[in-house]
Amino acid sequence: MNAAALALNVPSQRRGGLLSADPPRSRLLAAILLAVVLGLAVTPFVLSGSQPIGTAAKICVFILLAASYDLLLGYTGVVSFAHTMFFGIGGYGIAIALDRLGATWTSVGLGLLCAFALSAALALAIGLLSLRVRAIFFAMITLAVASAALVLASQLSTVTGGEDGLSFQLPPELRPAFRITGEPVFGLVLNGRIVAYYLIFFASLAGFLLLLRIVNSPFGRVLQAVRENEFRTEALGYRVVAYRTVASVIAALAATVAGALMALWLRYNGPDTTLSFAIMIDILLMVVIGGMGTMYGAVIGAFLFVLAQSYLQVLMGAAASALAGWPLLPEILHPDRWLLWLGILFVVSVYAFPGGVVGRLRQS
Amino acid sequence: MTATTAPGPTAPDLPRAKTDWVPLALVPGLVVLALPFFGDASSWVTLTLAGLAMGMMIFLMASGLTLVFGLMDVINFGHGVFISLGAYATLLVLGPLGGWARADSVPLNLALLALCIVAAMVVTAVVGAFFERVIVRPVYGSHLKQILVTMGGLIVTEQLIHALWGASPVPIPLPETLRGAFVIGDMAMERYRVVAVVIGLVVFGLMQLVLNRTRLGLLIRAGVENPEMVESLGYRIRRLFVAVFVAGSALAGLGGVMWAFYRQTLTAGMGMEVMVLVFTVIIIGGLGSVGGCFIGALLVALIANYVGFLAPKLALVSNILVMALVLVWRPQGLFPVARR
Repeated sequence: MNAAALALNVPSQRRGGLLSADPPRSRLLAAILLAVVLGLAVTPFVLSGSQPIGTAAKICVFILLAASYDLLLGYTGVVSFAHTMFFGIGGYGIAIALDRLGATWTSVGLGLLCAFALSAALALAIGLLSLRVRAIFFAMITLAVASAALVLASQLSTVTGGEDGLSFQLPPELRPAFRITGEPVFGLVLNGRIVAYYLIFFASLAGFLLLLRIVNSPFGRVLQAVRENEFRTEALGYRVVAYRTVASVIAALAATVAGALMALWLRYNGPDTTLSFAIMIDILLMVVIGGMGTMYGAVIGAFLFVLAQSYLQVLMGAAASALAGWPLLPEILHPDRWLLWLGILFVVSVYAFPGGVVGRLRQS
Repeated sequence: MTATTAPGPTAPDLPRAKTDWVPLALVPGLVVLALPFFGDASSWVTLTLAGLAMGMMIFLMASGLTLVFGLMDVINFGHGVFISLGAYATLLVLGPLGGWARADSVPLNLALLALCIVAAMVVTAVVGAFFERVIVRPVYGSHLKQILVTMGGLIVTEQLIHALWGASPVPIPLPETLRGAFVIGDMAMERYRVVAVVIGLVVFGLMQLVLNRTRLGLLIRAGVENPEMVESLGYRIRRLFVAVFVAGSALAGLGGVMWAFYRQTLTAGMGMEVMVLVFTVIIIGGLGSVGGCFIGALLVALIANYVGFLAPKLALVSNILVMALVLVWRPQGLFPVARR
């Protein structure tokens, strides 16, 4: 065995650790990631008001969601448009259970369990139906199934609340009125919202680390082999269809968790918050701009995207009013056109930086 | 000397390819089988005709996509935006000639529709050529990148439509004489749907004619089977690719006009909304098959209509069920295209 092959084997010899022997491999990237995680960890203590903590919770949820999508898109090389469907199933699982069975932790568990079962069954059925022919079928079939799910959710209003969605009560420990301690800690009253935030933060962190572990396991290596060369992998004796299907089930379950967390934070779930096609496009943008097949790209992508969603529009509004006299420029710089610029960034990323931001940082 | 000088051992004709009758029988079979479920014949006829018209419109929008896939192995997720662009291009005609739509004259109304179609096809053809050059050409051969990049193109173009024509929905009037319905006894048939059926049949006929009876069509079909061989015989397959992509975009524009007048409102997302149906149809038909796409479109539209009448709740998922059943029966769709 020559030196290069030995060098390739190194990571597999020392598996384990929190990062599953897959470190960021770039100082700058490591620093950014650390800053993001620490920032998210201390947000409730540093920034007051409900908007920053809401944004931070959204970032946590979307990191988990984008990471699970990266498992499919970046590691397995499969494009799914049904990821929001599983996100929505998680949300509706929690919402329906808490709405019908009362605001207890048992309902949370039951709702999550039912959502898991439904997501796994659907992911398995879609995978077996479409992945055995051609991977490209999967993209189209998932699109069709996801749109049917959206229609179902907005039409079956007796179960899902229809277009209005469902608002529900949380278990007492997560309500704003709940107090852990009487006195404020570091100037912060530890109420139920804070508990909910840290529940989301740690659940997302654990989910992310678990996904990182999965993609760095022997199973994850096979997924990457499927992505690189389907025929060779099959020839080596791995059932490509089975691996792809299992990957899509795992991704679906992780997305279900993310959906459940989103619903727990918002105390509401509806078609627009978890199921819409716009969110699917958001996830796609996050993963591709952050960097496909890196996992850390999901963190960067989700962080940048949610921030851009909240703050880029302000910048663009300023630019548009500064250019008011020009033809067309104010229209394309209008705050509502922020997706135009992210779309261009997306296309450029696919061509010029297939590794996204993370790939770029690792090169330099 | 007698006629014996004719070439001696005549080469036997190649055996004709067997026609696959089962999928062809699906649509007539479905129509006939549906009859007993309806109490009266008139609602059956009305629904069948309406379904056929709907199917024609879906076919118009889907045909370009399946043709492009069949020839170039390129899957264009941005196809929907050409439908929207075609729809918005009608505004270029309706702006100056809006009066023609209000005129109570059949020739004037039809001329307006024809002008809209021409304008839409020109616009989408030009944008299609640009799209092929800038967005699609660098990613030939990689499906994953095609899906991603064409989605990106879709996002950008949709946003540009918003920037150019505004973000709010635009109402457009259906020309005066195309409103209302022909009523024969108890049966009703919307006039506009009749026009849609006629245009759909003409386009399908033309496509079949071009593909099966002309030299260009021969090259396209040969390119579907084996592009390297066509190239090595001295034909520039690249040019053929571009021409088909442009034609496919123009067909989407045509479909967009028909769809726009049917809905009578324009939104930038209208193309993407209908794309779900379009994908279902081309999966059912077999990716790349124009004939399969035609049958798939009629099948989906007819079943949606029948189910919507007989069991409205089920209609929400009828498309998915049809698709699942077809895929269980024929995993590659009704007419699988040979090479893939």
